[in-house]
Amino acid sequence: MISFENLILITLLSPLLVCLLTPLLSSKPILRDILGPLGGIISSWGAIQLMASILNGEQPRLELLQIAEGISISFEVTPLGAIFGLVASVLWIFAAIYSVGYMRGNKEKNQTRFYIFYAMAVHAALCIAYAGDLLTLFIFYEVLTFSTYPLVTHKQNEMAQKAGRLYMSILVGTSVILLLPAIIWVWVVTGSLEMSQNGVLDGKMNPDYAPYLLAMFVFGIGKAALMPIHKWLPAAMVAPTPVSALLHAVAVVKAGVFTMLLILTNVFGIDFLSKTGASNWLVWLASFTLLTTSIIAIYKDDIKARLAYSTISQLSYITLGGALASSMATQGATLHIITHAAGKITLFFVAGAIYVGAKMSKISELNGHGKSMPLIFLAFFVGSLSIIGVPPMGGSWSKFFLMLGAAESGYITVIAVFCISTILNAYYLMEIPARAFFFKKEREVKIKIPILITIPTLITCFLTILLFFFIEPFENLTSIMVSKL
Amino acid sequence: MISSTIGIWNYWIVFLLMMIGLFLVIGRKNFLKKIVGLTIFQTSVFLLYITFGKIKGGTPPILNNAIDTVYSNPLPHVLILTAIVVGVATTALGLSLVLRINSEYGSIEEDEISAQDLVDYHDQIETSKKIDTKFIQ
Amino acid sequence: MTDILIKNLPILVVLCPLMMSLIVVLIPNIFLSWLLTFASTFVAFIFSILLYQEVQIHSTISYALGNWAPPLGIEYVIDKVSIFPIIIITLIGFLTTIFSSKMMPDEINETSISKVYSLWLLAIAGLIGLVTTGDAFNLFVFLEISSLASVALVAMGAQKDKQALVAAYNYLIIGAVGATLYVIGVGLLYGITGTLNMADLSERVVDLKNNKALIAGFGFMIVGIMVKAAVFPMHIWLPRAYAYAPSAVSVLLAATATKASLYILARILFSVFDIADNLIINTLSYIILPLSIIAMFAGTIMAVYEKDIKRLLAHSSVAQIGYITLAFAIGTKASVAAGFIHMFNHALIKGALFMAITSISFYIQKRVTLSNLSGLGRAMPITFFCFVICSLSLAGLPLTAGFISKLYLIKASISADGLWIAILILFSSALSVIYLWKMIEALWLQQPRKEIIIKENPTIYISLLIITFLNIYFGLDASFVVDSSTEAAEKLVGVSK
Repeated sequence: MISFENLILITLLSPLLVCLLTPLLSSKPILRDILGPLGGIISSWGAIQLMASILNGEQPRLELLQIAEGISISFEVTPLGAIFGLVASVLWIFAAIYSVGYMRGNKEKNQTRFYIFYAMAVHAALCIAYAGDLLTLFIFYEVLTFSTYPLVTHKQNEMAQKAGRLYMSILVGTSVILLLPAIIWVWVVTGSLEMSQNGVLDGKMNPDYAPYLLAMFVFGIGKAALMPIHKWLPAAMVAPTPVSALLHAVAVVKAGVFTMLLILTNVFGIDFLSKTGASNWLVWLASFTLLTTSIIAIYKDDIKARLAYSTISQLSYITLGGALASSMATQGATLHIITHAAGKITLFFVAGAIYVGAKMSKISELNGHGKSMPLIFLAFFVGSLSIIGVPPMGGSWSKFFLMLGAAESGYITVIAVFCISTILNAYYLMEIPARAFFFKKEREVKIKIPILITIPTLITCFLTILLFFFIEPFENLTSIMVSKL
Repeated sequence: MISSTIGIWNYWIVFLLMMIGLFLVIGRKNFLKKIVGLTIFQTSVFLLYITFGKIKGGTPPILNNAIDTVYSNPLPHVLILTAIVVGVATTALGLSLVLRINSEYGSIEEDEISAQDLVDYHDQIETSKKIDTKFIQ
Repeated sequence: MTDILIKNLPILVVLCPLMMSLIVVLIPNIFLSWLLTFASTFVAFIFSILLYQEVQIHSTISYALGNWAPPLGIEYVIDKVSIFPIIIITLIGFLTTIFSSKMMPDEINETSISKVYSLWLLAIAGLIGLVTTGDAFNLFVFLEISSLASVALVAMGAQKDKQALVAAYNYLIIGAVGATLYVIGVGLLYGITGTLNMADLSERVVDLKNNKALIAGFGFMIVGIMVKAAVFPMHIWLPRAYAYAPSAVSVLLAATATKASLYILARILFSVFDIADNLIINTLSYIILPLSIIAMFAGTIMAVYEKDIKRLLAHSSVAQIGYITLAFAIGTKASVAAGFIHMFNHALIKGALFMAITSISFYIQKRVTLSNLSGLGRAMPITFFCFVICSLSLAGLPLTAGFISKLYLIKASISADGLWIAILILFSSALSVIYLWKMIEALWLQQPRKEIIIKENPTIYISLLIITFLNIYFGLDASFVVDSSTEAAEKLVGVSK
């Protein structure tokens, strides 16, 4: 039996090891490309073990190093973290396979550098998932931003650099100017950087200041892409599709909402939030973002841009779930991390597959191509259904819980918001398979999709269906999480 | 009132010299005149210290056998000896710099020199830019 | 034998470079003069480590110069506060001496090298003396020794660029005015208290509250030291002096010169005078605090618009000095400790950045401007790597030394009910990312103008590597810096605050 410390280390270090080994193997592309999926398998094995230990009621913890008195780098697996860690590491396997297919099929330059930073980003995301204190969380939050910069600017042209600058200035700017002082504020108020499963602020913080502290957190976590600071996400879509798929549908943005949920539950505590009403304003901001970005998505013709806005809207679901400050809604928000990740990564995989196979990136170009790439569009259809929340896809569970949560806290309007947004979701996502299958083909295109792209796409598509039937362990995890609140 | 004002006339001189010196340092554009100002400024400080050392009816601080001798305080004088040395070193360094500036720029007027410097500075930036565009083409 | 050595350490650490400077000037051989310089700075560094251990045992070491007992005689005091800048100065002095071995012959003609090294040692000796002495007037002498030597060193840059002369001249005049103001202050305090010993002075000023001469003397002293420490708006000498000095000299000055003066500022504010005094509280909150905040932004904004890299770094130094004085201005124990932490870390960061930039200018044999940096990062990976690490450290990114100082600074300001100060600090440090990013982008992402092949020289990058390593090390294990600055702050401000 491996000790929990070592399990955490294995899970965290395998992507780091991949990142360090990749440059050594740059002359042997085959070995280099195997590294990614291999690391993914090892690290997801670790993540599964950790999750099992949580289900057994244990609490793995690892003190890595002490910087100075009261400041240390430590890791602790919480139910929430176990879920996010599992999502990031499992999806990394498929994304790694997919990126091999994509990078080769697209004949991209600087592939070694790409894989180095790709693994680095996964490492940072996992470290965020298992962060044991606020400082560790912040440190790896920044590491994640910096390691994805070379990926966003991978094409190294004018547009990529411009997007890269926007990406960095929003993410680094908000985190440094707002998130860091917010964390230190908590440090000053509570006297330590620790988090606890039922919040640390209750009784120590003047409730009058709580909304302001919350605002500093909410706008400091730029990765959660709430409305005024969402611009970086569409901009980051200049990156190669595997990046958009894993990072901007799973790792980076999920790190953002994960941090948000962690702050709401483990720093503020749901009790404290519902008692003081500090998060009421956040409910409305999240609802506003949710609807507005859904509407913007309708007007985007670029597939990835539409998916990006859809992502922003789905992220707001999660923030909203946390802000409702009820146990049901929190459960729903947590489940939504999983279900949305599986669904959205499928959609991005499809977008990349279309780009590699047919060199198309606009929705209006897709007319009638459904028959020439049936599997791909089928995957897109299934993924969309999951995002919309139609059973028997995984996405239906999280929406169900979120709506229950809204009812529990008495926000009837929020239920309406969910309903309207579901209709909007259906409208902008279904347009794509509809055009592909039912519209008349305008021109012939030679299509060649590498097998390494098709397989991961189908697997993740299958995962979204599986999630509907095997949601139980995750649901148990969330109820463990909620029961401790 | 008058007697007390005149009684501290040493301090008035110190004050006057100080202001003259400081004005020269700040107000003049000529590098040599600035050094003159600096020297006057420092001299005023020397006077200030010496004034502290003076005690009414005090004799030079040499031990004698009289019982009720009042000695002047020797310490300020010693301090000022040191300060004078520092002052001389500063002036010497300043003057030698002025000499070198004159031979490099052909002027010791601040305006002319900064005009030359500004041209140089922009030249540096501009030439490197030009080289840049050349290579890009 | 060792007893005598230990007993005389406080004076030896000053004398070692001071005496060697007299010897070095006589030696015509370049290598030999460098070797002697290196040896004496290294010995001084060892001495300062020994002193650090002594201070851990005895807490305060007092050394009566020439056996004249204080307060009448000149006293050298080494305590938990002053050991901190001594370590900074000797460490940086020793590292930059290694660095200078290749840079000096490149920029200065052979006949003057030994003289330059003599001045170099004199400047270091002056700075160490400045920190060790416990006598207000002796302090002035060391202040002038170090600044006259640095002026002469800056002027040596004229062999490459004549602007160094004007820079040196301005440095001289402004510095001399500052030192003279300081002397006036000391004179006034002497006039009313009759003592020059700082410890004695601090006891005697207590009874003299609201004495006008005391307030005037305090004002003169503070302004004089602020000129030397380049606190905004008395910083105008700094950018040019750093920018046009010979490479190694810029590194030495940027990392140490202002730090010593900042230490003196803290000493006068908190040790000679009392933090509880209204005079000090008003000075801190109505003069130093606003000036520091302006400095933070003015320095950063000037740096953003600057094209010449050495000047850019110098402007950024002005901003960083703003952080340190800001920490002093908040005036709690935690914030003064944060100021000391940043003093140490900033010496490491700025030293390394200047080293990286000056070694780039050594390789390309040109002044470094933003446009001729392009693509050089690929040609010199080691230098570039160090440059990136230290830039991140300056911006305050986690796991670097700079982050620790930002962290403590912000924590101190938040716990002193200054959330807005914390936000301003972070805002200005986010602005500083702009100019750092510009440089990194130019070095790495822009295409080089032509194929440049540069062979990096180990004697140049070894000290850069050491300093960069320290930047990371003190980001991961900050307990030495944090503990000793907290002790220093406790000694200065008092445990209760």
